[in-house]
Amino acid sequence: MSGPILQVRDLMVEYATPTGPAQAVHGVNLDLAQGEFLAIVGESGCGKSTLLFAIAQLLTYPASVVGGSITFNGVDLQSLKEEELRQYRWRDISVVMQSAMNALNPTLSVGAQLADACRAHTDWDDKRVAQRSEEVLSMVSIDKVHLKSYPFQLSGGMRQRAMIAMALLLEPKLVIMDEPTSALDVVAQRSLMRQVEALRKELGFSVLFVTHDMSVVSHFSDRLAVMYAGEVVELDTTREVFDHPQHPYSQGLMDAFPSLLGDARALTGIPGTPPALVNPPPGCLFAARCTHVMDVCRELRPELITKGTRAVRCHLVNPPERS
Amino acid sequence: MSDAVLHVHDLSRYFRVGGLRSHGQLHALDDVSFEVAAGEIVALVGESGSGKSTIARVLAGLYEPTHGTITFEGEALKGRMSRKVRGRMPMVFQDPFGSINPVLRVGHSLLRSLKLHRPELDREGRQREAVALVERVGLTPGEEALRRYPHQLSGGQRQRLGFAQALASNPSLILADEPVSMLDVSIRIGLLNVMKTLRDHEGVSLLYITHDLASARYVANRMIVLYAGRIAEEGLTDEVIRNPQHPYTQLLMSTAPDPRLPLADIEGERDLGEPPKVIDPGPGCRFAPRCPLAMDVCRTTTPTMVTLSATHRAACFAVKAT
Amino acid sequence: MSRLRPLTRALLGAWRFLRRDKKALVGSIILLVLLVVATFPSWFAHDNPAAEIYTPGAGLSWHHLLGTTSFGQDVYSQLIYGARQSVFIALIVGAFCTVVSVAVGITAAYSGGLIDDTLSLVTDVVLVIPTFPLIIVITAYVKSASFWLLVAVLVFTGWSYGARQLRVQALSLRNRDYLLAARARGESSWYVITVELIPPMTSLIVANFLSAALYAVLAASALQFIGLGNINTESWGTMLYWAENNEALQTGLPLWALAPGLAIALLGSALALLNYAFDEVANPALRPVSVKKMKKRMRKLGASA
Repeated sequence: MSGPILQVRDLMVEYATPTGPAQAVHGVNLDLAQGEFLAIVGESGCGKSTLLFAIAQLLTYPASVVGGSITFNGVDLQSLKEEELRQYRWRDISVVMQSAMNALNPTLSVGAQLADACRAHTDWDDKRVAQRSEEVLSMVSIDKVHLKSYPFQLSGGMRQRAMIAMALLLEPKLVIMDEPTSALDVVAQRSLMRQVEALRKELGFSVLFVTHDMSVVSHFSDRLAVMYAGEVVELDTTREVFDHPQHPYSQGLMDAFPSLLGDARALTGIPGTPPALVNPPPGCLFAARCTHVMDVCRELRPELITKGTRAVRCHLVNPPERS
Repeated sequence: MSDAVLHVHDLSRYFRVGGLRSHGQLHALDDVSFEVAAGEIVALVGESGSGKSTIARVLAGLYEPTHGTITFEGEALKGRMSRKVRGRMPMVFQDPFGSINPVLRVGHSLLRSLKLHRPELDREGRQREAVALVERVGLTPGEEALRRYPHQLSGGQRQRLGFAQALASNPSLILADEPVSMLDVSIRIGLLNVMKTLRDHEGVSLLYITHDLASARYVANRMIVLYAGRIAEEGLTDEVIRNPQHPYTQLLMSTAPDPRLPLADIEGERDLGEPPKVIDPGPGCRFAPRCPLAMDVCRTTTPTMVTLSATHRAACFAVKAT
Repeated sequence: MSRLRPLTRALLGAWRFLRRDKKALVGSIILLVLLVVATFPSWFAHDNPAAEIYTPGAGLSWHHLLGTTSFGQDVYSQLIYGARQSVFIALIVGAFCTVVSVAVGITAAYSGGLIDDTLSLVTDVVLVIPTFPLIIVITAYVKSASFWLLVAVLVFTGWSYGARQLRVQALSLRNRDYLLAARARGESSWYVITVELIPPMTSLIVANFLSAALYAVLAASALQFIGLGNINTESWGTMLYWAENNEALQTGLPLWALAPGLAIALLGSALALLNYAFDEVANPALRPVSVKKMKKRMRKLGASA
């Protein structure tokens, strides 16, 4: 249990496009400790889902990993063949997708799909499969009578909880979640997050959670990484990022949330759009939209510099050395 | 009442459910009454299944009411909605990717709207007006924007186009059906600011339908909270936010995420319920099964509105009138 | 002038599509050639196809590229002139079938309710009728089927499959927000159907046209082969009829039977190839992913890191 359970070093993922390769993930470094909840936050197209799929080894053409390493428990996942990867899938690493309605098979009952997952990765007998299925459903507060239900018979919140139950079948060490709350209403969102939190405390798995809505994870994640145009631009404990964001993009994001009970002031959000990922500009990728932009920002790409728990990729925060 | 732009009275909309022989009626809306005055934004807040989208579609003329009346600009709306009324009360849709025809240029529907609703303009006039409209919602340069295809615009840009589209017909009230829910959080503010500008500078009213209380608070003058087809609470935004009286509103307030506040731990957190599908209901409060304050009377009698102030009302037996 | 722009855009789009997909390119070239031959047969054959003035049963020679029939007609000329009937029947039946399928399928989907139920019932009944026996009964009853009767019969039996397909797709598009948006801004139903609903369905409509045309070629040829067409006209099917009746294969005149047969197969293949290509446009899941191409591209990406 020593050392991080997941180590991502210098990960580069590219998409093949008619005009050239698009750099969807560019030099991402992450460490995830055992039992830690790391949230990755960013706009659509920032590469967070691509990063997640790369870690879960689920990328298909036209996306592919073109550089860097992904190490899980000391094993380099990139070097494994598909049969070897299967040993890890679901047993050590499981995935909860964004939309349960798309991820669950509409023609199979919930019980059948749970059994399917069990049989694909274990050699359990029917009795044990049934027993475990009931166990995971009760963990997410779904009555076991729903083993016979079809996905369309469950409400949106229940379907999403069923997905989480499925992800926990084999007691994985790492659960990867791709925006599992975005299709849910406020109340269902909150109860889902609470459920995930309670299960994490009880079973001790790590969570890698991707979302475009920071407020969803604000009370649950240990650390928060902000991604922009394929790079991590800020990383620290969740509270620190919310209370003292240092990167101008993070500051802009914080400013984009209308407050419910705080003072009602006018907000401006972040004007402009993310840069093209094919042949990106040489300097900082946020330069075109940054209110604190300096000359050096347009010429030199800032490095991600770590001081204590905080890592920031910004010339304003970490002025480049003058030669 | 007479100077309200929109007055909805006892509006109900039922849908037949089940197979060919069944007579089951899904009560999407039941006895909903509210008003929208000139130059104000009213937020209609509710989760899925609350009936908020049904209201939008009834008002947009896509469904006819089962019971009740709708009075718009002083005239009662009966039967098929006239083109003129559709122009004065247009709708902005939720899905930026589905609400524009993918094979036609972006300017097409805008020019059509102008042709249908602004007959005084000739061809050049329409072109000029279309450019002015898209620039008013922040899509510049306007001429270039009009020539693009939908897939060349981002989600936020498409939703801005939706508002330009609504403005084309010279509206007095815009129905905005969850216009920002499918956009990234960082883009929403831009659209919310467009809505505020329309109210403040153009004098257009908006009915803002959403499930997000914080954005409702940001733009709306008044709030109406819907639950399972009925109004639970309504009032000035500040009244509803700072002094919610209905237990459902209180639940919404406690679960709405506000990252700047510490995580509150209240009873409502245990709640795993979801709004019910209301089929052939009897009398009684529909929130009773989930309500921490439920009493016997709540299960047998449908609550009526209790007046808390000139502007603030809630439909709950546990609330005392003031 | 601005009216022409969508047309030129469509043509350019079609050209790019054809260039990319080999199937479509081959199919459209063959179709184009056959179309030219069918429209201007006199450019390709100089002999009168019906004239029985040549040496009967002659073999291949420069005068008679495909020999002569046992009546002394030039087989090559017959083939060229016969193209007209076969190609045109395919295209005309295809066009009429498409018009009927579109009208029925889309009206059913858009109107819903009783109209949809009625039209669907009619579609399903016609779909289930055994086509070939029906065609034979009708044409046999009418002694000698003229071109237009043949067209009518083929259209009657051919529209229902397409109508079902189009209805299903129209249903899936019907509740898209942009259609609701058009209705909400006050457009008439007619406008919504023609301008907002049909254009996104274009690839399916074209695919329907191609499969109806293919059906027409094969069914028409088969009918003419068994003698139910007008046996005195020039077409590939009637060539087969006469060849068969005069035992062409057995009497050493195989080309008389083989040439029209191959021509029919060629036209059918062209339509089928284009049909597959359009299916792939309509449904990207059908597009082939060449493993070799994939590996080549991934290697290229690796080199750029």
